[in-house]
Amino acid sequence: MPLLSVWAVRLALGYLTVGAVLGTLLLAARAAVLPTVFFRQLAAHIDVMLVGWLVQLAVGVGYWILPRVEGKRPRAALAVTAVALLNIGVPLAAAGGTAGIGAMVLAGRMAELAGALTFGAHAWTRVRYGGLVGRVQIAPDS
Amino acid sequence: MPLVSRAFILTGLAHLLAAMVLGVAVAAGPGALGLPPTVAPVYVHLLAVGWLTQLIFGVAHWMFPGRPRAPSMVSRVVLWACYALLNLGLVARAVAEPLVGRGGGWRVVLVAAGVAQLIAVVLFVGHTWPRVRAR
Repeated sequence: MPLLSVWAVRLALGYLTVGAVLGTLLLAARAAVLPTVFFRQLAAHIDVMLVGWLVQLAVGVGYWILPRVEGKRPRAALAVTAVALLNIGVPLAAAGGTAGIGAMVLAGRMAELAGALTFGAHAWTRVRYGGLVGRVQIAPDS
Repeated sequence: MPLVSRAFILTGLAHLLAAMVLGVAVAAGPGALGLPPTVAPVYVHLLAVGWLTQLIFGVAHWMFPGRPRAPSMVSRVVLWACYALLNLGLVARAVAEPLVGRGGGWRVVLVAAGVAQLIAVVLFVGHTWPRVRAR
């Protein structure tokens, strides 16, 4: 497994654990065991589980197993940037949602969008040209 | 494919089917099929936890590098406990959440359901973490 995938998958597992803790707190609030103030964690729970866990795991595994081009993972810098952006975006959106600061949520979601676009650009090349050994030439990382 | 992975994936498919049925009920409006409106979170969790997360658990244990041919007894117990707690927790949550307004034991069941799923996640993360490493 390449190092970037190790980072992304481990971060995804971390987010899964955090998301499960938040979900347990939400259920306890729903059962009136904890005060309703814990309902503020709902936005964070959703962001952490959907983007931090599911999307990031897909990015990490995708970087690992998508077809290579000429035996390499071209434009790897895009995938590195995508993981970085996702891990800026998720905490920002989660914290902003919990604190009720719309600008933070917006900034976080924009970082998540940028992360999705950059990973899409990376994956596009591999899905489009991967496996076509000796028939295509891809520009190196810029 | 290891037996526990088959169990994760097949049970995940059952949750997917249940989620699709609930999705129809939720879309049909409050009171459809006799279900309360509070069933909407159950629909989302059957999809996101019962199907997607459980599918990932099963496939990750099967496909991630470093799976021993003969897993230790501890490894087997951890994974089967994870499977049991995740599914018991999810089903208990699905039953208890629409009924929690009635108070009493349903509140305890709902909290226990959350704790069971959290323990399942911790078991899976602890079991999988050492296998996620660079070559």
